[in-house]
Amino acid sequence: MFQSVSLEYFLILAAVLFSIGSIGVLTRRNAIIIFMSIELMLNSVNLTLVSFASFLGDSAGMIFVFFVMAVAASEAAVGLAIVLALFRQKQTVNVDEVNIMKW
Amino acid sequence: MDYLIPIIFYGFAAMILISAAVVVFSKKIIYAAFALLFTFFGVAGFYVLLNADFLAITQIMIYIGGILVLIIFGVMLTTKITGVDIKEGVTSKIQKGFALLAITIIGITLLILYSNVKWVTKEFPEIKSTIIPIGNVLLTDYILAFEVASVLLLIAIVGAALIARRK
Repeated sequence: MFQSVSLEYFLILAAVLFSIGSIGVLTRRNAIIIFMSIELMLNSVNLTLVSFASFLGDSAGMIFVFFVMAVAASEAAVGLAIVLALFRQKQTVNVDEVNIMKW
Repeated sequence: MDYLIPIIFYGFAAMILISAAVVVFSKKIIYAAFALLFTFFGVAGFYVLLNADFLAITQIMIYIGGILVLIIFGVMLTTKITGVDIKEGVTSKIQKGFALLAITIIGITLLILYSNVKWVTKEFPEIKSTIIPIGNVLLTDYILAFEVASVLLLIAIVGAALIARRK
């Protein structure tokens, strides 16, 4: 079935998606955009794991994706809570202006 | 039907890459949040293409139904008017240049690696549901990780409620 699209295509697509996500993390300064970029990177890693899992016929990779999704969900919840608490205190979500732990 | 698979692949790939670029480069944060929706849908489409039916449903439920809604709440609670331009801090040109350089190096390395390594692949098995093998493995070999993940989610719920609570 997959003679037409081989494993490398999926891996390269995931690598490009990961690079786009890391550009977002490194160049944008809005905390929520950084969150979205982290989600992009997690999704690209999930895509890599699923492609290996199904091209090897082994479901262990899919289990790994579940745990990545669990960690991503808790990360998003706690991270957005931190962003909200920060916004309430400093009226900004720019990560460069966040230095309230510095003294 | 075999000739349809490359068409579907390239369609979803274009959708994912264009919407990911919108997420990263958009000046309006609400556009970025909506472009993220299309990226998640595209990745779910790839899971279907890769014969991972259960993961595709999980992707739609967790990422689109959960994380994306949380992010949109975050957007609406932290910007005064929706659609207002994001105030970016002064990231210096040097910082940006170094970031782009590092990512280009990482990306090119990955591309060369991925296209030159001879990956071991099996004959693709016939299409059947992956729910039963996933359930079997999850509750036998990976039971400890499963329980730890549940504790992690509980801690995350408590922590998020505690941090976001109004004092």
